[in-house]
Amino acid sequence: MKRALLPLIIFLVVVGFLFVGLNLDPREVPSPLVGKPAPAFSLPRLDNADKMISNKDMLGKVWLFNVWASWCGACRDEHHVLVALSKSGVVPIYGLDYKDTRLDALQWLAERGNPYVATAVDENGRVGIDYGVYGVPETYVIDKAGVIAYKQIGPITEAVLRDKILPLVKRLQIQ
Amino acid sequence: MIPEIGHFALILALIVALIQGVFPIIGATRGNVVWMGLAQPAARAQFLLVAVAFICLAYAFATMDYSVTYVASNSNSRLPLQYRIAAVWGGHEGSLLLWAVILSVWTVAVSFFSKHLPSAMRARILGVMGLISVGFLLFMLSVSNPFERLIPAAMDGRDLNPLLQDPGMVFHPPMLYMGYVGFSVAFAFAIAALLGGELDSAWARWSRPWTTLAWVFLTIGIMAGSNWAYYELGWGGWWFWDAVENASFMPWLVGTALMHSLAVTEKRGSFKAWTVLLAICAFSLSLLGTFLVRSGVLTSVHAFATDPRRGLFILAFLVLVIGGSLLLFAWRAPTVGRGGKFGVVSRESFLLANNVLLAVAAISVLFGTLYPLFLDALGLGKISVGPPYFDTVFAPLMAPALFLMGVGPIARWKQATLPELAMRLRWAFGISVATAVILPLLLGHWTPMIGLGLFLAFWIFATTANLVYQRLRGSDQSLMARIKSNSYSWWGMVIAHLGIAVFTLGVTVVKGFESEIAVRMSPGDVAHLAGFDFTFEGVTEIEGPNYSASRGHIRITKNGIERTLINPEKRLYHVQNMPMTEAGISPSVIHDLYASLGEPLDGGAWSVRIYHKPMVEWVWFGCLMMAFGGLLAISDRRYRLKSRTKPLPENATEIST
Repeated sequence: MKRALLPLIIFLVVVGFLFVGLNLDPREVPSPLVGKPAPAFSLPRLDNADKMISNKDMLGKVWLFNVWASWCGACRDEHHVLVALSKSGVVPIYGLDYKDTRLDALQWLAERGNPYVATAVDENGRVGIDYGVYGVPETYVIDKAGVIAYKQIGPITEAVLRDKILPLVKRLQIQ
Repeated sequence: MIPEIGHFALILALIVALIQGVFPIIGATRGNVVWMGLAQPAARAQFLLVAVAFICLAYAFATMDYSVTYVASNSNSRLPLQYRIAAVWGGHEGSLLLWAVILSVWTVAVSFFSKHLPSAMRARILGVMGLISVGFLLFMLSVSNPFERLIPAAMDGRDLNPLLQDPGMVFHPPMLYMGYVGFSVAFAFAIAALLGGELDSAWARWSRPWTTLAWVFLTIGIMAGSNWAYYELGWGGWWFWDAVENASFMPWLVGTALMHSLAVTEKRGSFKAWTVLLAICAFSLSLLGTFLVRSGVLTSVHAFATDPRRGLFILAFLVLVIGGSLLLFAWRAPTVGRGGKFGVVSRESFLLANNVLLAVAAISVLFGTLYPLFLDALGLGKISVGPPYFDTVFAPLMAPALFLMGVGPIARWKQATLPELAMRLRWAFGISVATAVILPLLLGHWTPMIGLGLFLAFWIFATTANLVYQRLRGSDQSLMARIKSNSYSWWGMVIAHLGIAVFTLGVTVVKGFESEIAVRMSPGDVAHLAGFDFTFEGVTEIEGPNYSASRGHIRITKNGIERTLINPEKRLYHVQNMPMTEAGISPSVIHDLYASLGEPLDGGAWSVRIYHKPMVEWVWFGCLMMAFGGLLAISDRRYRLKSRTKPLPENATEIST
């Protein structure tokens, strides 16, 4: 009897989750990495595999670190926001091309515009693990000392950019 | 007027479905023959009513009646007639109606081909199918009515989604739904058996052809969808692990497990509870899949926000159907008994292991599919889980399943021995290892994944060849007589398994050896890929019925000898102002040469993607072989011997897919 109840119990847990999910208000969850130094990396650049890019190169400035991939549908939603932001020149955006092929990624940028100062290629997802990437896209705001100040899970919308990221970036740039 | 007739037919169908769902089931419990007898006429009346509703909606599309909201949202006066008809199932409301039509088709089929069943069993089966229909009709009539009027009427329609304006899309959804809904028959059989407490081998034998037929439709439906994605999306991919595909793939995995589990239950009386659970899960996943895709829950969570009643109805329906049947399972399954005992090394164990692997694979796909939904519903943002997750999880689960597939049909029932199996399979093993090492080196390069894929493909080829050889050798009869002495269902199994090998070979070769380039091409430019020269001869502008297109002309030559001309198109559909890619493909057994147009660049140049896809057609051909094997199994003569109720004798060794 007990064993036969197991499928029902699992199903009810899923339903409970769905039901709660239907009614919950959106809210933030803090990432354990916020307030800690950004994990170190040194990866080949997307535009030139012979050149390396490291998080140390960005020390001394506030920057956004955007995790993306050409296979990621939700990345398309945020892409125009990133392109507009890069044109405004407020804050440099660096990309992490996560578990992707170089050719697809280059084509993707060629078709949609390239908002990144540079993109690091994380072909096997090793750096993604260090950063605790659970899905693509994710974006980190990193301060002058190389400490993660904020993590955005999912695409950056205009509202998120205006209400959270830009005020934070301005505050960090003054410090 | 016509839409009102359709609407009214749906209301009548709901009443008939209630009668079909309530009285026969109660009658079966009380032994009331009159009440049980209501099931058949109700099933047939319901079919006629739902069909009338469907024809009314199709008529509204054909005559461009834009006073119907659904027609105005999914059609346009310049849409060709065949796509106006296909547009009937191009949106949410209409695809629910298609679902209801197909459910009533299956129900009528059961009502005609179930004369040999005990009357109580038959009444319960039709009753359960009636209850499912009640849920769908109620959903349509309350919150998703396809006949809702638009007053004042629109001047013209908003057009069918251009992605769906393709011959493949005309056939793909009905095939897929035939598969999805077909599992409702196996589900109804399982629920009826649980209600009546008669889980015996007869029940398994009755369920088998229905399950296999549903699986055949689902296989063809998934194949058609994958093929459509290949030439319509212009990325050269044929499987993207997106939510819509996963929704069809999960029932397929569980349905595959169910077919094999039913075979064991029929032949050996084992796995009864497990088989029932799989039957419930296959249909539950079909339901979940339909709703996830069609309610717009996954593509955008906002569907819930704009019409929360829809989301709640869906959830309540899922709870009633799935929760109710799992509760019934928890209550009745422990009394079922365990069936025949079997040793650790036996065909039963191999089939059980394969079943578990398939089920775990389905669960991992389910998890990957729902995870973004959970996060999204919780407001944690939109996320793509994407191919990296699925590739990582899926390959390690499928590799042992494919390996066991080679061993299972050769092992004995009840008790086999490892040394004996090793003796029989040593040649097959040697051949497949040798192929896996040598073939990639001949083709250019070797990686562990290519080696593993080729090993598994040739392992299945070799073990199946061994199986066929053992069956056909050593007899004085003519070869034809020996071929005929094996049942259709056994040959069906052989062909379906070979189909898996063909599929695996295709996937491995195309994944391992495909190549692509993305180039900027002006008229006259030549690109080189895989030994072929692709000459871009410019584009011409053409006008379609409801789109205009730039058609590229690419001439393919090899060593100066002309091979073929392909014409990729970039279309712009006027009404929705949506650009679409039509790939230009030259298919063949050995490889596909594939090109798609990107964006126009300055000076008459275009960005062009060119792909060389070796053996990609084998992927779909393998699926067709699986479906054909399934059809062969259904045509087995023992399913036509309606009077036979005894299980096969103990020493029977056949097993079919």
